[in-house]
Amino acid sequence: MTSIPAGRIIRFALLSLGALMILAPYIFMISTAGKTQSDIFTSSLALIPQHFYFAENFAKALAKVPMATLLWNGVVVCGLIFFFQVVVAIPCAYAMAKLKFRAARLIMVLVMLGLLVPIHATALPLYVAFDRMSLLNSYTSLVAPFTISVFAIFMFLQFFRAMPDDLLHAARLDGMSELGIIARVIVPNAWPAVTAFAIFSVVAHWNDLYWPLIVVSKQAYATPPLGLMYFRAAEAGDDYGALMAATLIITLPLVAAFLLAQKRFVEGITMTGLKG
Amino acid sequence: MSSVSLAGNIPSAATLQARSEDRTAWLLAAPAVVLLLLFVLLPVAAVIFLGFTDFELGYGKFRFVGFENYAHLISDRTFRRSLWNTSVYTAIVAPVSIVLGLGVALLIEGEGRARGFFRTVYFLPVASLIVAMATVWQYIFHPTIGPLNALLSLVGIPGPNWLGASNTVLYSLSIIGIWQSVGFNMVLFLAGLTAIPRELYAAAHVDGAKSALDRFFLVTWPMLGPTTLFVVTISITNAVKVFETVKMLTDGGPNKASEVLLFTIYQEGFVYLRVGYASAMTVVFLAILVVLMLLQYRVLDRRVHYT
Repeated sequence: MTSIPAGRIIRFALLSLGALMILAPYIFMISTAGKTQSDIFTSSLALIPQHFYFAENFAKALAKVPMATLLWNGVVVCGLIFFFQVVVAIPCAYAMAKLKFRAARLIMVLVMLGLLVPIHATALPLYVAFDRMSLLNSYTSLVAPFTISVFAIFMFLQFFRAMPDDLLHAARLDGMSELGIIARVIVPNAWPAVTAFAIFSVVAHWNDLYWPLIVVSKQAYATPPLGLMYFRAAEAGDDYGALMAATLIITLPLVAAFLLAQKRFVEGITMTGLKG
Repeated sequence: MSSVSLAGNIPSAATLQARSEDRTAWLLAAPAVVLLLLFVLLPVAAVIFLGFTDFELGYGKFRFVGFENYAHLISDRTFRRSLWNTSVYTAIVAPVSIVLGLGVALLIEGEGRARGFFRTVYFLPVASLIVAMATVWQYIFHPTIGPLNALLSLVGIPGPNWLGASNTVLYSLSIIGIWQSVGFNMVLFLAGLTAIPRELYAAAHVDGAKSALDRFFLVTWPMLGPTTLFVVTISITNAVKVFETVKMLTDGGPNKASEVLLFTIYQEGFVYLRVGYASAMTVVFLAILVVLMLLQYRVLDRRVHYT
């Protein structure tokens, strides 16, 4: 009888300890964003700032980092990437899953090969090509390489295969075209897969530093990770107050989205099971 | 399937319809296939090709050098250092984050009310901008004003210069890597755990597996086989691809102590613009990914038959 509560207490204690370590960076981020420079230097362990300096630090961060531009670029780039990925992948996956398509096996082989290849492997020739076409520092160069997601094809394919054929036959008897079927029958029924993929895609590309770092060298096209890197490089000193304020602002959108739609996030990540 | 053969009393009508369906399928798949060729397969072919040249960006001409780049790679101390560092980082981050991820998943699985809260907390790093959190870690690791060393000095331990000393930098980066991926692995393990039928535990109990540990080795561990294999592959691949924290915090330093594969490729190709040489490095990187994938298939073939 007594052993059960003891086990439970140990379990809770272990989980809490781990949670504290996971949360520590967030706690210090928030705390430091509210400290004056002298506080930061003298009392790094005091979590509550002695002088509340939040407003000043945030003002400094906002004055030096074009936050609106960064967030806007992030939204535009992630939005466009997601839009193209879905528009390109769904018809292909549908054709492979539900139509008599002799090349389906061949395309499947290409998709499996593609799954192996991250952007890091294709970056060099793509960079050379974009450079030749004077497309560096543009939304095109940020978005184009990701318009094809073999992973999306793979995932939608699994999902479509599980869909009943009767639904499609009924739609065809009604005289719907294949595109009409995709838009009005397939997509509405594939909504869970689409949201799962949306979360996967947005998390991956919102976080990506590698490709933006390569094709963008101007503040105007910087995505949030890149913008933060510029800011840190420019503020080489130890102004951690402003830096933490900037960090906080830039981390907030995705974290807020996660907290609001937790269940979907976890589902999305487990369903897609991949990142980066 | 059956309705098609019913509709076509005359065989030629059926083949005609099949042909038109094939054409429609091609049209639907065409954009994906074209983009796949353009942005994945063609660039991979180009990387392999460029790896045999001395192409440098800014110079118009290039020539074939055969395996010269690869010969150079073998003796290149930076590249060897980089491979070694990537291996060390992976050898730390992957196992630790897998074991911790499984541990946390098992603990959370048994937890009642606080389950949702803990899951959210552990998953938080996955939803956070890693570049941003890296700067927070830089502050935590700061040798003089960082809270970690302040904490250590409270108990009388002189803290190291975490990210600034060549003998600790890789471990410090590993800590960040583990922090980042525990929650991700946990969520995958949780999904695997919920898929295990409850009756199996009851059956194991009847069979004499009384302790939690017995039940773990009798039921949980074997049933988690496919999940574990998946988590292992993803963890290793992600660790091999470490870049953001290195670029953000150390730039490969001090003294190349944190040079990792992708950082070296980035530096060669996009900073020094030696595209040919960097392409050869990329081929090595791709080969590592291919080997990892093949290993996964082998293991999958051999022993995981539970689903």
